[in-house]
Parts: sequence; structure tokens; C-alpha cells
Amino acid sequence: MSGERPAAARDDADLSVIGKRNRKVDGRRKVTGQALFTDDLQPARLLHGKILRSPHAHARILAIDTSRAAALPGVHAVITGRDLPVAYGIIPWTRDEYPLAIDKVLYVGDGVAAVAADDERIAEAALELIAVDYQVLPAVLSVEEALAHPETQVNTFAAKGNISKQVRLTFGDVEGGLAAAEELVEETWFHAGSTHAAIEPHCAIGDLDADGLLTVHSSTQVPHYLHRELSRVLERPLDRVRVVQPAVGGGFGGKSEPFDLEFAAAKLSCLTGRPVKILYTREEVFAAHRGRHPMLMTYQVGARRDGTLTAVRARIQIDGGAHSSFGLVTTYYSGQLLGAPYRLPAYEFDSTRVFTNKPSCGPKRGHGSVQPRFAFECALDMLAERLALDPFELRRRNVLGPDTRTVNEFRITSNGFLECLARAEQASGWKEKFRRLPFGRGVGVAGSTYISGTNYPIYPNEMPQSAVQLKLDRSGRVTVFAGVSDIGQGCDSMLAYIVAEELGVSLDAIRVVSADTDLTPVDLGAYSSRITFMAGNAALAACAGVKRQVQEALASLWGVAPGQVRLADGLATAPGEPPHTATIAEAFQAAEARFGTLGGVGSFKTRTDVHGSYRGGTIGASPAYSFSAHVAEVEVDGETGQVRVVKIWVAHDCGRALNPMLVEGQMEGSAAMGMGEALFEEQAYDEGGRHRGPSLLDYPLATTLDTPELESLIVESHDREGPYGAKEAGEGPLHPSIPAIANAIHDAVGVRLTRLPFHPPRVLAALEAARLAGRIWKGRR
Amino acid sequence: MKELVSFVVNGDPVEVAVEAGTTLLECLREELALTGSKQGCDKGDCGACTVLLDGRAVLACITLTHAVAGREVTTIEGLAVAGRLHPLQEAFDTEGAAQCGFCTPGMIMSAAALVEQNVQPTREEVREALSGNLCRCTGYTKILDAVAKAAGELQAARGAPGTGRGR
Repeated sequence: MSGERPAAARDDADLSVIGKRNRKVDGRRKVTGQALFTDDLQPARLLHGKILRSPHAHARILAIDTSRAAALPGVHAVITGRDLPVAYGIIPWTRDEYPLAIDKVLYVGDGVAAVAADDERIAEAALELIAVDYQVLPAVLSVEEALAHPETQVNTFAAKGNISKQVRLTFGDVEGGLAAAEELVEETWFHAGSTHAAIEPHCAIGDLDADGLLTVHSSTQVPHYLHRELSRVLERPLDRVRVVQPAVGGGFGGKSEPFDLEFAAAKLSCLTGRPVKILYTREEVFAAHRGRHPMLMTYQVGARRDGTLTAVRARIQIDGGAHSSFGLVTTYYSGQLLGAPYRLPAYEFDSTRVFTNKPSCGPKRGHGSVQPRFAFECALDMLAERLALDPFELRRRNVLGPDTRTVNEFRITSNGFLECLARAEQASGWKEKFRRLPFGRGVGVAGSTYISGTNYPIYPNEMPQSAVQLKLDRSGRVTVFAGVSDIGQGCDSMLAYIVAEELGVSLDAIRVVSADTDLTPVDLGAYSSRITFMAGNAALAACAGVKRQVQEALASLWGVAPGQVRLADGLATAPGEPPHTATIAEAFQAAEARFGTLGGVGSFKTRTDVHGSYRGGTIGASPAYSFSAHVAEVEVDGETGQVRVVKIWVAHDCGRALNPMLVEGQMEGSAAMGMGEALFEEQAYDEGGRHRGPSLLDYPLATTLDTPELESLIVESHDREGPYGAKEAGEGPLHPSIPAIANAIHDAVGVRLTRLPFHPPRVLAALEAARLAGRIWKGRR
Repeated sequence: MKELVSFVVNGDPVEVAVEAGTTLLECLREELALTGSKQGCDKGDCGACTVLLDGRAVLACITLTHAVAGREVTTIEGLAVAGRLHPLQEAFDTEGAAQCGFCTPGMIMSAAALVEQNVQPTREEVREALSGNLCRCTGYTKILDAVAKAAGELQAARGAPGTGRGR
């Protein structure tokens, strides 16, 4: 199918699985410890690998002597960058990484050599015996230094100096719009950058078998792209490489590109003929990073006195770290994804990503758009204050609405943003709280939008972005084969729900086989909130033909029309006197007798003719957009500067909740992750480029004690192209957390915080500055 | 040099030969193939390796195997009785408290230690008891709900008033 979905629009009353709070297909395995993650796999004859990492932020490698390590008893192989000389990169146009550094190390933690040994202790001892002769180079550790010193080039892939990517796009008459503005907010915000910190560290096992098949089990969220890059870098044909993704202990974007451990484990297995496992230490996870980019963002936002926006101009500097990673996309996203949920009559953004000698930044949940959303929603709050409008009212006066186009020519279909606003406003008791709570306590609102899949695959091709195959068994069991990557969000379950609904099979009779490049058809991976929309539609398409076969077989046996045969809850039924009925197993047997072996295939490809056609317009184009609005309530201690989030009301338009329990889980997890970024987290480095605290103690993740009560308010706009109307829930609901908290702090104590995270010293400094300026407000209390 | 250490795991006596520095987590995962306990940080920060030692929650990654000699260890694999899930496991499953599932075993073991000692924990007490177990997926809401539900069920099963339920 191509862009249009098969008919699955049914009345809610007719649905037995979709929309229900069903358990997850892998839930029991996860609560019993039976779910197998990559590090839980212990193949026979397993060797353990370790990677030697650079202590310098920037240095030339003059020589590496591995002879003593290779001679250590228990060591089976040692490799350096010279053994893997093919560059790779997740974006085909920016392949600027090597599995192990060849000439230069670009950040503290860059890999330079790897060993395989009988156990981890021997491998660690072997690393100590590798002698690397470094010539230390000046390190570029900030955007300012990167721009001021183009002669000190971090990444030689850069076309000039340290520029990774520059995008400037203008839509409409920005100059005119700003000139016509009756109120203008101009301010600069800084998002310090954060990391994913999934609780499962990255792990990979390479295993070359006697037939020449190289199998890599990895905690990846993009098996398909890993498959391609392994084939290129290891210089083995694609059909001799297999990638299997076991259970993954959280991704959030931190496992969405190939990493050194996958190449190193594969190469070491090829050299030793034995399986080799590499498990990152927590420090290595922080060095692998690919987290949220630090962004310095200046916005000019113009509005008329009635609050309607006239023009927006953004200038954004992005600290990319050492490599390109997804940076090309990040740079576009930093501007492209601001086009909704408000109508911008004119918009311009000028974004520049630079290379620095720090771990590479990449996509973290809400890729590229969480930072601009923080800035912009704070700007709207400032506008509302100056225009003496309620912040909800200001937002309502600028809504974009459904079935329209953004200023940057993205097609918007379903849009539940107004309802998100209404639900958050009402549930939070906004009208009784805003500007009415005592000093130190306040509420703030923010809205946002996000993509539900990207219109284009990362490498250009005309094939489907997602596919599903079905095998129907005589026993009544259905096996669903799909390339999708379940990283905890529940996409295996999502497919089971859809297939169970369509074929009338009970959930327990469905097996999902996923994310194995030998066994499953391609899905591009768990990124851009794409799986429910794309794989869900592919599943519907896969069910359609085989469902018709089952209906036709029974219809001819029963003497009814095929459309009268209903498949639901493990039974096939049709009207009659008495009514016809068969178990699903009997129904499948009847169909198999008539049509032969039963199976189905379905795939999904986005329409490419509905969005803007300007250069760069494909980046950010999505088959559907989700919408969110949060209200955060905070408590600010004026003496200590401590901010406590009391509660967040999370309203989110996911299109349709295929399972409200899982949608809530995504909404709550997103809101909590955003809160952590607002108050605690910062991926920070010292003057030598060393991470300031690469542990889960020093990099403070929110605990049960820090995380507020989170109330999920699901809004369903029933997208006409989404499976059963569904869009996404995994990333959109993170965006409003940060600005809602920032705006709530303003309501609480009257200061505007523009630099993340909102650590107590920053809060105190802002309060002190306000006191000195006589700006602390007490009038309303 | 390896030494023999004897202890009880999930009701079964075991004897393992381990180096002096071998952690209980390494021993469980590598020597005994009990991979349900997870390694998230290997330094006592994340709680994913939480197991019960004589009924109390401990972090297996910073407990030496030698230190558990003669004692009783319960891991996530030992929580279900005769194939029947513990009410906590059941509730984590049905309430959607496990997303990626990596923190789940440790989280459930911490909760098990709590409900063993406090049959009617308040939501704040649950927060306190689980504060050493990091979860990056859920925002904890559904985890707290699941523990409340299981505590209520355990309470009902013991024939006392089910006040542990709810927020």
C-alpha cells in the first residue's frame, strides 16, 4: 500500500482488543526476569572484549604498540583502527566515524584499540599493556572556540573550519511581520544538553559461524541500519550479516546508530572464530552519548496587541560534539519542527551546528525540537504577560487547527491541540491557580507538536519503510514477523493488538517475532516516533487479504456472505438460525483447506506528494503530527533556590490510544524525563573535556522521590491515515515539560530562567538579581 | 585463587568456586545463570541488581559473594511460587509498570522487601522504599500504582483490611 490505509475504521463498540488496557505480550517475561537482554546471552566459547579509550580530548595518534597485550595469556586478538579502515555514519552523506580512531582521537573516551580475551579481567589487564603514543592537540570545547578557531579543525570531514551543518530557511515576510509587531519579545535561551542514560548499558555480541554468517546481537534500536553499516565496514555481503535485537533496556535515541562496540565485537569474532561480547561500562555509555545537543537560541517573536503572532525569527547555535551523527537532521529539526501547533505568519531560522572535542550529540527523545520548544514556549509566556493575556488565551488565539499547512508547508491532518489545552486547563484547576497562588508556588503552561514518523528513510530508496508478515497456523496461532524494535515502548504488543483485533484471535494466541534481519521483514527502527503509524498500517495491510480468505471459506461453508462472517475474541460467527459459530482454529483450518497455506504480507510507505518541495522541506515532513499541552505546578524555595515540581498534567493527542495504559506510560515517562532535564541533568565537561560525573549518581536521574505525580489526559483526534486513527505518544509529550516548569517558576517567584538546568544557584541568582532591580513581584499575593 | 562458597539461592543450596573479589551479581549471572538480576552501573547507583539477602533488599553488584556464605538469597527468579506469579509481578504486568523491563527485577525485589515488612505502605513509603531503584522509562507512576495494587492484594489475602490500596 502507499500512503492510504486499508479500511479499519470501526465503531468502538465493535472492538474487542484495540482501546483496551491489555497487558503487554512480553510483560510476564519482564516481571519474572525471563526476558533476555543482550548481556544475558552467554553463548558457548564466549570471549569478552574491551575497548581502550583516549584520555585526551584531541590528540594525534603517532603510534600504537599492541604487542605486549597480544602476548598476555588469555588474550585472543587485539585490533586497532587500522583493522577497520572504512568510515561509517548513520546519515549516508556524513560518514565521518571510524569504529576505532585511526589518526586522531576527537574526544575523551574515543576508542583506539580493542581486545578479546577469556574474561573481562584479562581483557582489562590487556588494555593496560597497550602503549599509545599521543601528540596532544589543542582541544576545542565550546561553540565559541570552534567558531573562533577554524584553523583548529576538530573533524576533518567539515567542509570548512568546524562547521558541521548550516541551515537558513525563510518562510513569508519576516521583516514585515516583525515591523508590524505591536509587542516584540527578544531573548536568548540555553539548553545545556543532556543524555539518555538508559538503565541497560550498550552491549553487543559478534559471532562468525562456520558458514561465514556473521551474527551480531545488539542492544540497538535500529537493527536495519546497523545491518547495512556492519556489512559496509566489515566488508562482508549483506546476506552474510545478520543483526538480532534481543530485549532492549531503554533507548530514548541513545541506541539509534551504530557504535564502536558492534564493529569491534564483530571484527574480533571474525579474527578468533569465537563469539565476542562487549558490554559498555557506565562511563563508556556517557562517552558514547549521542544525547541532546546543547543549543544557544535567540528568538524574536512579534505579536499584535490581541496576541496574534506576526513573525518569528530564530538564530540557533548547536554544539554537536565530535561527529556528525544525526546532526544534519538535528540542524533542520531545530527550526523545521516549530511550525505547529501555532500559526506563524512568517518564520525564519538560522541554525549552525559545530564540531567540538566532546562526545557526539545526536537524537534524544524529541530530537532537535525539545530545545527550541523550551525557548519558544517561554517566549509565548513573556508575550502573554506583556499583553496582559492569560497564557492559555494567547495560545488559543494562535492555533493552527486541523487539515491545513504550516508556514513551512507541512501538511497537518488531525489536530487535537485545542482539546489538549482545554483538558490541561481544566484538570489542573488553572483558573483558580494562575497568579493566585502564594509566593513560591506557581503554575505554567506550554504546548507542542511532534512528528509521527519521518516521510523519508535515512537512505533514499523506493522500498517500504515498514513491513509485516503473518503466518496463520492450524492451531489457531498467528505468528507476526516484523522488523520493529521494541525498546520498552511496546511496539511488539501494538502489532499483537492490531492482528488480534483484525483476525479475531485471542492475544495469548499471537507470537511476535521481531527485529531479526534474517527472520523479519524490514522496519527502519525505533526513532522519530514512527513504528505505530508505519508498522501498524503494515499490519493492517497484512491482515486484510488473509482475513478475507478466512471469511470467504466460512461463508461458502455456511451459505452466508463473506462480510457477514465476524472474527472476534477467538471465534468466527455469522448470523443464521441457529447462528453459525466456529473456533478460530476451525476457521483457519477451513481457510487452509480451501486456499492452501495461510499467510499475509503488508507494508507501508509514506506519501511523498503532500508536503513542501523546497530544499530541506523533506526533513520534518511526517504523515501525521501529535500535539501536547502540559500544566506544571511548582514550589520554589526562595531561601535555597530549590525547585520542586508538585504535579504535571499531561494532555496529549496521540490520535487514538490503541492501548491507553501504554500511551499513559509514554506520556508519564516523557513528562518525567523532561522534568529531569529541567531541574537536574546536564551532560557537562571540565576544561580538559572530561565528563564531570559519568555515573548514575553524579549525573542525577530523577528518583521516585523527585518525580511528581503525573496525570495523563489522553486526547484522541482519530487521524484518518493512522492505524485505527493512531499517531504517536513516545516523544511528543516530553516537549512541554521544560517550558511549563520554567513558566511555572515565573508564576511562583516572578523570575524568568533562561538557562537549563534550573539548579538552585541559578534560581537564587535570578531571585537576587530581581530583588536588586526591585522586580520581585509581591503585588498579587 | 578461587574458593568455595556455599549459600542458598531461591531455596536451593548452591556451592560455587569464585575469586575473592567476585560480586554476588557476577556470581548469580555468570556462575549460576540467574540473569534476571541486571547490571546497570556496577557500582551501586541504579538498583537494577537488587536481590533479597535474608529477606532484606541488597545491591548484588556491591555485595561480595563471600559475604553471603551460609545465607539465603532470593532473586527475581525465585519470587514466583510453583509457577504462580507473586502479586507484585502480576501487578507490574497488568498495570503497565514494566516498559523496557531492565529495572523491573530490581524494582520488584525492593518492593518485595517493603511489603514483607510493611503490609500497608502509603504512597510516600513506597516512594521511599523504591528511591534507590532508577527507572528511566515510566516516570514511576505506574510502578507506584502496581505496588499499591499488589500490597492491597497481599493484604486481602492475609485477611486484613485492604488499606494499602490506592494513592
